[in-house]
Amino acid sequence: MSTQRRRGWLLLVPGMLWLALFFLFPTVQLFFTSLYDPDGSFIAGYEMGWEFGNYVSAIADTWNLFARSFLYAGIATVLCLALGYPLAYAIAFKSGRWKNVMLVLVIAPFFTSFLLRTLSWAAILSDRGPVTGFFQTLGLLPDDGRLLATPLAVIAGLTYNFLPFMTLPLYASLEKVDFRLIEAAGDLYSSPFTGFRKVTFPLSVPGVVAGTLLTFIPASGDYINAELLGTPQQYMIGNRIQAAFLTEQNYPLAASLSVILMAIVLVMVIGYVRRAGTEELV
Amino acid sequence: MRWLADRIVLLVGILVLVYTFVPIGYIIALSFNQPSGRSATADFESFTWRNWSTICEPDGLCESLKLSFAVSITATVLATVLGTLMAFALVRHSFRGRSASNLVIFLPMATPEVVLGASLLAMFVGVGFDSALGFTTIVIAHVLFCLSFVVVTVKARLVGMDARLEEAAMDLYANEWQTFRRVTLPMAMPGIVAAALLAFSLSFDDFIVTNFTAGQSVTFPLFVYGSKLKGFPPQLFVIGSVMFVASLLIVVGGELWRRRRTRPVLAR
Amino acid sequence: MSPADRDLRLDGLTKRFGEFVAVDDLTITVPQGSFFALLGPSGCGKTTTLRMVAGLEEPTGGQVFIGDDEITALRPYKRPVNTVFQSYALFPHLTIADNVGFGPRRRGVKDHPAKTRAMLELVQLEHYADRKPGQLSGGQQQRVALARALINEPGVLLLDEPLGALDLKLRRQMQIELKRIQTEIDVTFVHVTHDQEEAMTMADTIAVMNHGLIEQMGPPAVLYENPETTFVANFLGQSNLILTDVISSSAAAVVVDCHGQKLEIDPSRCHTDTGRGWLGVRPEKISLRPTGEQIRDGANRLTGGRVSDVSFVGVSTQYLVAMPWGQELMVFEQNTGQQAQLRNGQEVDLIWSPEHAFLLDASQDAKAGVTTPEDEA
Repeated sequence: MSTQRRRGWLLLVPGMLWLALFFLFPTVQLFFTSLYDPDGSFIAGYEMGWEFGNYVSAIADTWNLFARSFLYAGIATVLCLALGYPLAYAIAFKSGRWKNVMLVLVIAPFFTSFLLRTLSWAAILSDRGPVTGFFQTLGLLPDDGRLLATPLAVIAGLTYNFLPFMTLPLYASLEKVDFRLIEAAGDLYSSPFTGFRKVTFPLSVPGVVAGTLLTFIPASGDYINAELLGTPQQYMIGNRIQAAFLTEQNYPLAASLSVILMAIVLVMVIGYVRRAGTEELV
Repeated sequence: MRWLADRIVLLVGILVLVYTFVPIGYIIALSFNQPSGRSATADFESFTWRNWSTICEPDGLCESLKLSFAVSITATVLATVLGTLMAFALVRHSFRGRSASNLVIFLPMATPEVVLGASLLAMFVGVGFDSALGFTTIVIAHVLFCLSFVVVTVKARLVGMDARLEEAAMDLYANEWQTFRRVTLPMAMPGIVAAALLAFSLSFDDFIVTNFTAGQSVTFPLFVYGSKLKGFPPQLFVIGSVMFVASLLIVVGGELWRRRRTRPVLAR
Repeated sequence: MSPADRDLRLDGLTKRFGEFVAVDDLTITVPQGSFFALLGPSGCGKTTTLRMVAGLEEPTGGQVFIGDDEITALRPYKRPVNTVFQSYALFPHLTIADNVGFGPRRRGVKDHPAKTRAMLELVQLEHYADRKPGQLSGGQQQRVALARALINEPGVLLLDEPLGALDLKLRRQMQIELKRIQTEIDVTFVHVTHDQEEAMTMADTIAVMNHGLIEQMGPPAVLYENPETTFVANFLGQSNLILTDVISSSAAAVVVDCHGQKLEIDPSRCHTDTGRGWLGVRPEKISLRPTGEQIRDGANRLTGGRVSDVSFVGVSTQYLVAMPWGQELMVFEQNTGQQAQLRNGQEVDLIWSPEHAFLLDASQDAKAGVTTPEDEA
């Protein structure tokens, strides 16, 4: 092997070892944990039973949670796209000297504690808060309606917290677009919107896909927003997994749920990689 | 009308930005709030400086901050070093298994934190570490999820660097080590610093993975979460405000310093 | 130590990238203190050759010598060779002074600040010492790159198309400047370029490269007036190449049959003497006369042409003349005012001296080395 290659491996190995040891290995272990005999317990230990039936019972019990999680995460992702795209576009093309400042401003709110921000939303959306009052005045909410403890609040929270994960990849890919292409489109197409539709948006698709992956997947596994902004009626699969692991200590169940979630993640990522290769991933 | 149409995208963008700052405004406002009960509520009762002067009053708050700092600094150093090495490997060297490497590095970013935390906990328990959960296990977990972000950030910087500069250095009598020290590293430094800052903020603020791997230890996010039951001390919002202002200062300061150093000369 | 001790010598230098041969068995000697140009189109292997001399590329075969010292396997930082890169490759995070002083610092030269100052004065940039490269114009950056290389007093200075990014006027200025510096400091310059005018202006010796091989090497005038291959004939300036049959060959002249007309060529300018050959004559060497006019003894005359295009270019008038066998020949007539301009469609004779034509091997491609407008970009 040439020195170049050998050196490349040497640089890669320490980090890869860490990932292998603390990511790959535990994930595989998780898979085996999911097959334990559920009759055991955390204290007494589990027997390996190759209980694929664990999966069946897990899905039967929680398919509605999965569905809800993907629904909430899906809506949140769409909202993130709707909010994040104009923002990313504005920073990439319309911000001039303020570009770096705006980028900082995108990330700045996320320098505070994520929990505190979500709690803040709980305060803002609370029954006696201004937002609820505003909507009640407008008649969009009945006088005893709530914003908090509704799916709306949870989705709003998810959207808010994952917005940078959508905005930044979008910005990165829009930034690479040569502005002269957009000008040329303006020259050729009758309306700016058509120019956007036919030139700019297609060129930004890698950013859209990356942003979607980095938003939808973590959002579907989130449970803080549901816990702080919702009720058990809004709980997502993440809440269930957390409860199964930490409260019930039912490891096989918790593990099978995690594996299912992870499998869905993998399917989505591999679907993307098939189409676009791995070079744009990292 | 034309003026509006031209700027509508910018206006929408700015509105979105304002939207992201609303909770921050609340946090800062609430830090000056004197709650009537034990717990901070959404209602503004009375203005007070007291919260700011008694930051460590709540039990365990400052200890959790200390632990968070210790964990995050350690994790940042480790993740930045390992991640930078990997970024160099990916950008400057060709080797087989590149695709697989890219995938393995990407996956932790895309995996839900529940799964990351859960699998780590299951492993630690499985190898008998469950009584030793604490600082070490938290650091391990944090390095894990920060690693990918470091690689992405440093790689972005490296890709933009002209490899000819290193050739020029060697042409000018610098050997490999000197080239690295005097040319490569200084030029990559902005990316490495950005990666370190990113890793630090991800680590400091992390809740889900930490919750799984912390055992009995309490970091600041864990403290906040735990306060839900006992009542939120208003000092939490003080810390939140401080975190926001401090990070803003660091980033803005860094940008100003950067602009100062590369001030363009007026054309002759 | 006599000058020949520090000649740059390439011996069978070869570079292969998989199946592709970039540099094919190059053997050249560049005399110490000369200005040597490596000229050729993009992809001909000239930059690769340069990089092998600098140590930035490992040869697949062959050797590199400076004087008697073999440097083939030496790392770049061990060679007494410095490079001026095409994109200048100035260190953006260092000041101009630090850039220029980089080499001396690495070598541990004691009074490097003084030397740096002196060098900056030489290139008239002493007031920019504390600026960063990003704050300088292209021309200024180019001078910094030169200073950064020369301060190390290398035995050989390599220049990789250093003037490519400059505008025309600045490029002309720098060509003169570089030539002047080279004569003053007596360092061997190896200048790589695709611009044939640049090479001819600056170099003592030109080596024309194509597909990894040297087509011809020698002083600019020799290469221009007496090319040995169609590539050189077309790449340097422009040539008319006409397919002819060799009739006879003697010490006095080589006679060829050109579509029924007999023409003579000076034997020293013939690179083939039997079979078929490309008769080459440069457009500026031809005069056009209306058919039938008297010409002086001994000149070659080609008759039967018809003017098909007239372009007035100020200094000269460029004609295209259609010949009976379908080929169009180029003729450049200087506008001396002594002859009336010819008209489109006029029947003309082409006249030139036998010592202005050359004869090339017919097996070569007549289109080799012709640069189209796209290539010039």
